[in-house]
Amino acid sequence: MASTDTTQSVRSDAGSVEAGLDALESGVVGRTPLRQTLTGKILPPVVAIAVILAVWTLLYPVVDNPTKLPSPAAVGDAFKTAWLRGDLLGYIWTSVSRGLLGFAFAVLIGTPLGLLVARVKFVRAAIGPILSGLQSLPSVAWVPPAVIWLGLNNSMMYAVILLGAVPSIANGLVAGVDQVPPLFLRAGRTLGATGVRGIRYVTLPAALPGYVAGLKQGWAFSWRSLMAAEIIANYPDLGVGLGQLLENARTAADMAMVFEAILLILFVGIAIDLLIFSPLERRVLRNRGLLVKS
Amino acid sequence: MSTTLAKSDATVDYAARLEHVSKSFSGPGGQQLVLDDISIDVAPGEFVTLLGASGCGKSTLLNLVAGLDRPTAGAITTDGRPALMFQEHALFPWLTAGKNIELALKLRQVPKPERRGKAEELLELVRLKGAYDKRVHELSGGMRQRVAMARALAQESSLLLMDEPFAALDAITRDVLHDELTRIWQETGLSVLFVTHNVREAVRLAQRVILLSSRPGRVAREWTVDIPQPRRIEDAPVAELSLDITEVLRGEIRRHGQH
Repeated sequence: MASTDTTQSVRSDAGSVEAGLDALESGVVGRTPLRQTLTGKILPPVVAIAVILAVWTLLYPVVDNPTKLPSPAAVGDAFKTAWLRGDLLGYIWTSVSRGLLGFAFAVLIGTPLGLLVARVKFVRAAIGPILSGLQSLPSVAWVPPAVIWLGLNNSMMYAVILLGAVPSIANGLVAGVDQVPPLFLRAGRTLGATGVRGIRYVTLPAALPGYVAGLKQGWAFSWRSLMAAEIIANYPDLGVGLGQLLENARTAADMAMVFEAILLILFVGIAIDLLIFSPLERRVLRNRGLLVKS
Repeated sequence: MSTTLAKSDATVDYAARLEHVSKSFSGPGGQQLVLDDISIDVAPGEFVTLLGASGCGKSTLLNLVAGLDRPTAGAITTDGRPALMFQEHALFPWLTAGKNIELALKLRQVPKPERRGKAEELLELVRLKGAYDKRVHELSGGMRQRVAMARALAQESSLLLMDEPFAALDAITRDVLHDELTRIWQETGLSVLFVTHNVREAVRLAQRVILLSSRPGRVAREWTVDIPQPRRIEDAPVAELSLDITEVLRGEIRRHGQH
């Protein structure tokens, strides 16, 4: 070509302008300093707990009836005794293992079900409304029929967990698939991702944020359903979980133990969310640039 | 006949051939004709821009050529599945820049050990060496379109379809990407069918500019651009030809106001 020189100069010019633009327009992302994490994330809940404890301590002499409101110290003692007897971790493990196993089954059933509802029009029209309606049905309602069908045993508890969690997980996936931008599907098709490969490489990963939100809610529902089931299916051979602990405390009219059980149920629910689901959700969102720093 | 054929014979003298292509959609007022009897040949290695105002069915036409939709009448023949670039980058946000390119390779059944190297090569071609591990949201608009270009090139199709790929970018970035696209087109010998409503962009890039009329889209006129590359959008010959084309385009648009 006659104009090689100019081609070269245009080339290097474009390259350097481009490098400059790239540098100007790429944001600098730093880590949040530790101090900011301490004052922004850790301090507020610690203050909240301190305030609750203070109110409780002040209220205790006012109520002046340990069978209605135990003292913080008495509840602390209940924890201590259970710990020293070596029962505390047993209670927790009985419930958590049941909850997680039931949740795992719910994922195995809810995921294909959600995919079916999302992708097959007939199935969606048939069971879509029922599935979202089921989410508003309190899972305690399933306990009586489950007891009649399956008896007072572990299967009954798993059944209640499934009935509580499967709709959430399936609905989360349906919502996720519905929100996949059509542009991604078109882009996928031009790249050759059609049919099953389209689902595998485009639809499912694109639907992941909705699915993870569904999993998170599914866990919350699993845990609630399980507690309802444990309170009612209180049978010594089944082992003592947190729900049974609560029910035992009620029959023994031991208010400190009732508080202990409620606090444990609360803590386990929060802990599983904080340890498993919140990090998972944050990771998924951060990778996609969807997590806005506040 | 309304078939989209994939041609296997590499010696044929076109990268894409549209023969009497029409497309209508069923709308509220019955069948609506969007494209009317369009015949275009794109030669191997040729750069053609399709120019038109809103409602000329430019994007519909590209969808037909890409095989995302079927013509109502006529035939479209392409050499394999063309690559397609959109106005939005359409990169997958759950993958890094490099992995987006590798997905295109994987879907073409490129063996795993070769993918990484090829993806890095393509990133280097669009001058984004070192962006392999970057997330899509960490890249600027211009960088995203360059990764999208690399992903389209990963399809190793002989025809690249571009649907207003630079319309959403700022002027400086667009200028630079015009230079890049020209360079890549010259280096790879690709055929490009580029849709735009920007007359100067059309003239800056193409060897041939095809003007489509609106509602329905028909081929209104065609210009051959003899200005040697590299061109700049400010060059006098580019501006001159752009003026001529704009006049004709305005005439086309004016017809729609006279009812």
